[in-house]
Amino acid sequence: MIPLSHYLIVSAVLFSIGTTGVFLRRNLITVLLSIEIMLNAVNLSFIAFGRTHGTVDGQIIVFFVMTVAAAEAAVGLAIVISLFRHRESLNPDAFTALRW
Amino acid sequence: MFNSSFDAVIPIVCVVLAALAAMAAEAFRGKGERMPIGLLGLVGLVAAGVSSALLWNRNAASFGVLVADNFGLFVTGILVVVGILTILFSSEVLERDGIPAGEYYALMLFSLSGMIMMAMANDLLVVFVALEIMSIAVYVLTGIRRDKPEATEASFKYFLLGAFSSAFFLYGIAFTFGVAGTTRLDAIGELMAAQAMVDNPLVLLAMGLLMVGFCFKISVVPFHMWTPDAYQGAPAIVTGFMSTGVKAAAFAAFARVFLSAFEPYIADWAPAIWVLAALTMIVGTVVGVAQVNLKRMLAYSSIAHGGYLLVGLLSANEVGKAAILFYLAAYAVTNLAAFGVIAVLGARDQGNDELRDYAGLWHSRPALATLMTVSLLSLGGLPPTAGFIGKWYIFAAAVSAGYYGLAIIGVLTSVISVFFYLRVVVMMFMKDREVAGMPAQVSGLGMAALAVAIAAIFYLGILPTQVLDLAARSISTIF
Repeated sequence: MIPLSHYLIVSAVLFSIGTTGVFLRRNLITVLLSIEIMLNAVNLSFIAFGRTHGTVDGQIIVFFVMTVAAAEAAVGLAIVISLFRHRESLNPDAFTALRW
Repeated sequence: MFNSSFDAVIPIVCVVLAALAAMAAEAFRGKGERMPIGLLGLVGLVAAGVSSALLWNRNAASFGVLVADNFGLFVTGILVVVGILTILFSSEVLERDGIPAGEYYALMLFSLSGMIMMAMANDLLVVFVALEIMSIAVYVLTGIRRDKPEATEASFKYFLLGAFSSAFFLYGIAFTFGVAGTTRLDAIGELMAAQAMVDNPLVLLAMGLLMVGFCFKISVVPFHMWTPDAYQGAPAIVTGFMSTGVKAAAFAAFARVFLSAFEPYIADWAPAIWVLAALTMIVGTVVGVAQVNLKRMLAYSSIAHGGYLLVGLLSANEVGKAAILFYLAAYAVTNLAAFGVIAVLGARDQGNDELRDYAGLWHSRPALATLMTVSLLSLGGLPPTAGFIGKWYIFAAAVSAGYYGLAIIGVLTSVISVFFYLRVVVMMFMKDREVAGMPAQVSGLGMAALAVAIAAIFYLGILPTQVLDLAARSISTIF
């Protein structure tokens, strides 16, 4: 059987990939995808932990997370579309109406 | 009626029903037909307020995951007041700005239902779901003026950082679940108390990630980057709503999670909160001084107020606990009043929210200028207003808990912040330029809501004992 730590390491690696993506990618859609990767990395942790505890709680939690992630993606994409209508660009560097 | 396991959800259900009714009303509304949709929201909120008053002292729990203890009910009370005042201000603004009323009220009420759920949640997963219900609605509300590029941009920035931070929050829940095998806060608390002496790196990681998630929501420096942009870009009425409601709800959950479940690890998280509180107060105040846009200035002021709340959380002794709730209430009415004035002064194509737009307001709009002055003085913490009593108790709690450094930073930053609040007052009273483009008339409803908010500021400032007493008794139910 694969030990818990292996799952946790994969999950941590995925989470880091997602975090890096949010900071480094210069396309809003890819940034949204990176956030999805982060959420799914967490889902992997939940399932791994749930398995070691011997309960189904972890897997049930994942369903809630997936629902929330879907709602978030729907709103996020809608905002991206309305942003694109104003700016004709998906590069975050083009959005400079609000500055310190 | 008050004995089933559905008791604790009644206030939430009232708000959700009102939101659904608002959505249905918008769907069946004929083109150009006017409907009193705001009234539906008011009915739902009053019902939520009444039901939470009836639940007082009963400690009702629904399925173990939602508890209507007095702490949750007190915060619910604050949220209901926030909702009612926002609706009263909105009636004025929506038509002028061409915001679709049904969608606006439905989103606002859904968001409020999430906030109430967050204040009552006794399970980390429920905290997460409630946080998302609240946030997703607020993301949309921020960008509800789709014709305005800056509103859309603000909404996107808020959404991006909000979603980003909720991933961290969720990761924290995952580690807590891994350590404790459950997401129930009371069960986690028992488990943590049993093994508090063991240095478990997973627990520290979980606490850190949860803290990052909460700090984003209550805009603690260095997680505050979205706040000025979101607050400036959103319509003023939405900014008032989210700067008070979101902060109150997120802070209630923060206090519940860290002061009940993770209380045994206080020695580990207290230093982190110390640094965050100090940074938040200093950055919020110092950067606030440099702002020329009133909404942006108030955004930095609200960041600084988050810092004062953290001081109260940290010095969670007898005084401090009551001070947190009192401060939340005082801050909510004060900030709503300030943003209410900004909202009624705006015009459809022009926010009228630059500092220079307020020059000579006293000559054209004496009543509004006076109301604005009172709320700014309360934000600055001058007697005899609510803000003064709130800050007084927070700093008293910090001193009695031995956090002298934080108390000194808090007092100093309050003094600096008075400078930028007074700058607006000076603008309004001493500059001569007549303000162009201000609306001709403010309706009775808007003025009534403002008057109520100002009365609440003075009530909390002059006769605070009753509310403080209530706050002290309600927070004792969770610790």
